[in-house]
Amino acid sequence: MATKSLKARNNDLANTQRQLEILSNGIFADGELPTFGAKIKETNQFPLRPKKLEILQINVGYMCNQVCAHCHVDAGPDRKEIMTRETMQQCLEVIKNTGAHTLDLTGGAPEMNPNFRWFVEEAAKAGIKDFIVRSNLTIIRANKKYHDLPEFFKKHNIHVVSSMPHWTRGKTDKQRGDGVFDKSIQALKDLNAVGYGMEGSSLKLDLVYNPSGAFLPGDQMALESDFKKALLEDFGIHFHNLFAITNLPISRFLDYLIASDNYEDYMYALVEAYNPAAVANVMCTNTLSVSWDGWLYDCDFNQMLNLKVDSKVKHISEYNEDILQNRNIIINQHCYGCTAGAGSSCQGTVA
Amino acid sequence: MSKNYYDAADLRKFGKITEWSEELGNKFFEYYGKVFEEGALSAREKSLIALAVAHTEMCPYCIDAYTKDGLQRGITKEEMMEAVHVGAAIKSGASLVHGVQMMNKVNKLEM
Repeated sequence: MATKSLKARNNDLANTQRQLEILSNGIFADGELPTFGAKIKETNQFPLRPKKLEILQINVGYMCNQVCAHCHVDAGPDRKEIMTRETMQQCLEVIKNTGAHTLDLTGGAPEMNPNFRWFVEEAAKAGIKDFIVRSNLTIIRANKKYHDLPEFFKKHNIHVVSSMPHWTRGKTDKQRGDGVFDKSIQALKDLNAVGYGMEGSSLKLDLVYNPSGAFLPGDQMALESDFKKALLEDFGIHFHNLFAITNLPISRFLDYLIASDNYEDYMYALVEAYNPAAVANVMCTNTLSVSWDGWLYDCDFNQMLNLKVDSKVKHISEYNEDILQNRNIIINQHCYGCTAGAGSSCQGTVA
Repeated sequence: MSKNYYDAADLRKFGKITEWSEELGNKFFEYYGKVFEEGALSAREKSLIALAVAHTEMCPYCIDAYTKDGLQRGITKEEMMEAVHVGAAIKSGASLVHGVQMMNKVNKLEM
């Protein structure tokens, strides 16, 4: 398993333009499969437009203590893109006035940003209804200075959403790195110990499941039930909900698909599983994504493809919700990942 | 046309069999879909049975389809291999049990 990001390896796919070329050429250029735009035109859903803004998702940096094989951010210890306090200040101004009810902090490992705790404390004061931090779990056990994160999350009533690809060690470590499973289990126990994920607890702990290979996630409810049973029986761990998320064919997952000769089959699987009902609720219709350097995107995936919003407002410093709401969402073939089967978003299925 | 008898890409075309007999094709897929729904057996159990039968029938398309289906359901490699062994055990048992017929015949023919 690689221990460096595509960027540090100078991999061809670290270039977003190259990724977009791959997604537009081959089976999509020769008409073997319809482009995403053509597909949503069939049901009069083109151009895709935002609905009410509900979620502001802020990526506070691409640095991470893990180098997961499927990571769409191409995050890792070698990534130095970190949101500055100045950009955080601009975000706070927006958070105070936004109509969104959910603030969603992501990364990388967001906790590795040196201003993370300050930012959480300031943002919590804005009184946002649902305040999510996407934690990779192992960060809690990575260093002594992070051991008190469960208490910190609890103090600010943070909704913790954590990745867990499988309830077995082998599958988890293959996707996320050696030793990740054991550390994740310990971190979940630490979170349970302060009340997170317990039945009836208002301290919300949800898990994210990403398939560990070139296949789509199964039924979210069935997976949740299997995860709950196995984690409780084997480790005494509790959590609230499981979000089944489809891997989108970009960045490191795209690199894996091509290297393993699975790209075409995977795109076929996504297109065959296309569900027009999911299109109506894809997350770009209710979310705005902010990058570490303050640029605005329709979603975290478009951020990683460097597809900035199609609006005259493109940066957090000039944020204007009314103008932003009146935009067309930028689409490409990777969008099929959010519309397959029951659909996929950072909050799980959508259809 | 492919020079091979089996082509992995043909699995994607399975649905096209309805084009030459719409009524029977549709009836088959309707029946097929119904069979795999959650029932007295869970969809997960049915997937493992299908995987075992895929092997005894030695159908490469079915093996591809139900290996992927198993992974999607979070079924582990260990569970899948055990299911394959169940199929293989029945298949070999089905051969071996005919040994009784052979023994019967020998006993009848020999003085």
